[in-house]
Amino acid sequence: MKRPQHLIHRARRRRWQAAAIVTVAALAAAACSSSSSSNSTSSSGSSSSALTASAPGITPTQILIGSHQPLTGPAAPGYDLIAPASAAYFSYVNAHGGVYGRKIVYKYLNDAYDPTTTASVVRQLVLQDNVYALFDGLGTPTHLAVVQFLNSEKVPDVFVASGCECWNSPTADPETFGWQIDYVREGKILGQYVKQHFAGKKVAYFYQDDEFGQDGVKGLNDEIPASMVVSKQSYVDTNVNIAPQVAALRASGAQVVISFSIPAFTALLKLNSLKLGFSPQLVVSNVGSDAITLSGLLEAYAKQGGATVNGNALTNGIITDGYLPTLGDTSNSWISLFSKVHQQYDASAPFDGNVLYGEGVAYAFVQAMFKAGRNPTRADLVSAIEGGLPQGAAVAPYAFSSSDHAGVTGAYIGVIKNGVLAQEGPVLTTDTSASGAITTYTGTEQQASASGIPSP
Amino acid sequence: MQSLPRRLGVAVVVAVIVVLASIKLNTFRDYQIAEIAIEVTAVAGLTLLTGLSGQISLGHGAFMAIGAYTTALLLMHLSWPFIAVLVLAAAVTAAAGAIVGAAAARLRGPYLAGATLMLGVALPSLAYAYQGIFGGDQGLNVAFTAPGFLGATFPLTRWQAWVSALVALITLMLLANLYYSRIGRNWRAVRDDDVAAALDGVNVAAARILAFVVSATCAGIAGALLAIVTGLVAPGAFTLTLSISLLTAAVIGGLGSLPGALWGSLVIVLVPTYVTDVATSHGLSSSVGSNIPVAAYGAVLILVMLVFPQGIQGGLRRILTLFTGPGPKTPTWRHPPTPSAEQARASQHEKEGTS
Repeated sequence: MKRPQHLIHRARRRRWQAAAIVTVAALAAAACSSSSSSNSTSSSGSSSSALTASAPGITPTQILIGSHQPLTGPAAPGYDLIAPASAAYFSYVNAHGGVYGRKIVYKYLNDAYDPTTTASVVRQLVLQDNVYALFDGLGTPTHLAVVQFLNSEKVPDVFVASGCECWNSPTADPETFGWQIDYVREGKILGQYVKQHFAGKKVAYFYQDDEFGQDGVKGLNDEIPASMVVSKQSYVDTNVNIAPQVAALRASGAQVVISFSIPAFTALLKLNSLKLGFSPQLVVSNVGSDAITLSGLLEAYAKQGGATVNGNALTNGIITDGYLPTLGDTSNSWISLFSKVHQQYDASAPFDGNVLYGEGVAYAFVQAMFKAGRNPTRADLVSAIEGGLPQGAAVAPYAFSSSDHAGVTGAYIGVIKNGVLAQEGPVLTTDTSASGAITTYTGTEQQASASGIPSP
Repeated sequence: MQSLPRRLGVAVVVAVIVVLASIKLNTFRDYQIAEIAIEVTAVAGLTLLTGLSGQISLGHGAFMAIGAYTTALLLMHLSWPFIAVLVLAAAVTAAAGAIVGAAAARLRGPYLAGATLMLGVALPSLAYAYQGIFGGDQGLNVAFTAPGFLGATFPLTRWQAWVSALVALITLMLLANLYYSRIGRNWRAVRDDDVAAALDGVNVAAARILAFVVSATCAGIAGALLAIVTGLVAPGAFTLTLSISLLTAAVIGGLGSLPGALWGSLVIVLVPTYVTDVATSHGLSSSVGSNIPVAAYGAVLILVMLVFPQGIQGGLRRILTLFTGPGPKTPTWRHPPTPSAEQARASQHEKEGTS
């Protein structure tokens, strides 16, 4: 280490420093001055009424929407396919006339499943890019960081990619809407199945220690008698060492483990169990059970640990639930539509449950935009959804009304067989209350239109 | 010796620039100004701790969490005015800093790093353990509004930027005073050679603890600002990544330098956004585009360390000396600290051996 000894011309240096600070600050300010949105108001003539820049993010030619997505980080495996799939469906709509002639531009930014980053990127989308709406923001802990902000800015916050019950509070958060089946309903439906099919067995829970896992457990508790439950283990998504939890599950002698986990942790649960020679019946919530994602993760993680496993063999027999048609059901009109769009615009990704979800939720958004009218304000989108949406690709109706912002109300039980989800039994619908009955859905399911575009 | 009036002058100029920039630029830039102010407040404290007193902390995110949760709880349950909340949040974090500092004063190098790392990992998980108080993963919402006299249309984000920038500037002023005071000299003495410092009558343990208290207080203030700017205090915001990024900012900027804390914060806050914008505007596929900011962050880190081993501030000073001639050289205490006094002595011996 150098130790020079000399006189120091401090005053001179200080002056330099002060000057440098001011100069650089000024430069930084100048460099940052980006253009704010320029909404051109030129009207393009059309049949009924001219298209106008009716709201922030809407011009006569485009609708700009934004999202925060985990493209890197713990939640990225699987979930990083969702936004590109939504974008693929929007491209399809844009190529077939758009929404009243406007093209949808979907800008999704990476938040790495980190709430602080979410807060930052969502402000960028709203304050700088002036998006019309936030669409399909992914994750419970992440989206919670921006709900208050979006509602105070009166930005429609539609179809949050999380089944947290917390999106359904129309009074406090009038702009926020869920879409997929919420975790409480899911927990009830899975819980009832376990109670009926594994009577007398020892049951244990494994769940993410946040609203996601806790909502799921709440639903499970509504159905499964406390006497059946021998252990409840939780994890946090920032700590991948779940060996202690799995050891506790094994020690409890559980024969059935119900897991409310993201895919990475479902895979870790399976592998850790395998290591301990513990093989309970796994029951996994929809968001953590996509067969293709799981199979890939299992093989990748096992490889990191120096082992080779067959992913499909390990996912075999996992019980889960679904609220969209099964991927294997090629005769289903939605599967053939979404598969066609996927082939055309997003072919590099595997056609898995995440892609199906991404396209399904994008379809619902286009439905809502058509319903919101030719020149919609932000409030028009909110009231369009509150007026109810046709069922679309989901297997059960939406709950949407002015007093209910929850999405899909039902699901079916499915089992993964040879890497493919197979439906077992009918579609079941229920509500989020502890006493609410679980009933078999008897309504007919909607068919995709030939064009693949929702009708206005 | 730099005079107080001059520092005050610089602070006023910076304040004017911030106000002008926040009015001229869009509201997202206001948010970024607030982010930078938060970051610089925390980093300034850390850079003094590591650069001046020679102690390392990998757990400063935990102190930010303490400040943020104190703020959220006070605003929620007692609805105090923010200035009072800020003072109490700083006091609570200072107390926590004193406790940790007392332990830290006995630890060196990797042991201190390990202990503070543990703090950074463990403390935020208290929020999961006491969900009734801290709201668990969902966290606590913080209500913060712009004062009425600014008018109903005044953007909240701009007000947040002003408050954060003002608090950051005051903090930096106070730290600069400490830097040139007897306390700052004592820290440098302890850092360079604790035995020599003790022989000179410096209370080594007290100096170390005080450095920790000051540094933790800065982090607590930053946490309080974070709470009012993001409107949510949740454990997810205070992960190990945060603690590491604070240290990264201090190192990039130049350890032990307050202007360096500003440069480091600018890099940490602005580079990811800028690179993301570039990546998305060039239409890269999302799997490539989403990883580019991470890669760019790494590249900037490596570049700065290669080109400016003493951080950006060290590099700037080197460039300035090209213009001002070889006259003013860097004084000893402006060098990055040695991790431990033993190593400092060892390197001193090496130098003596070779010269």
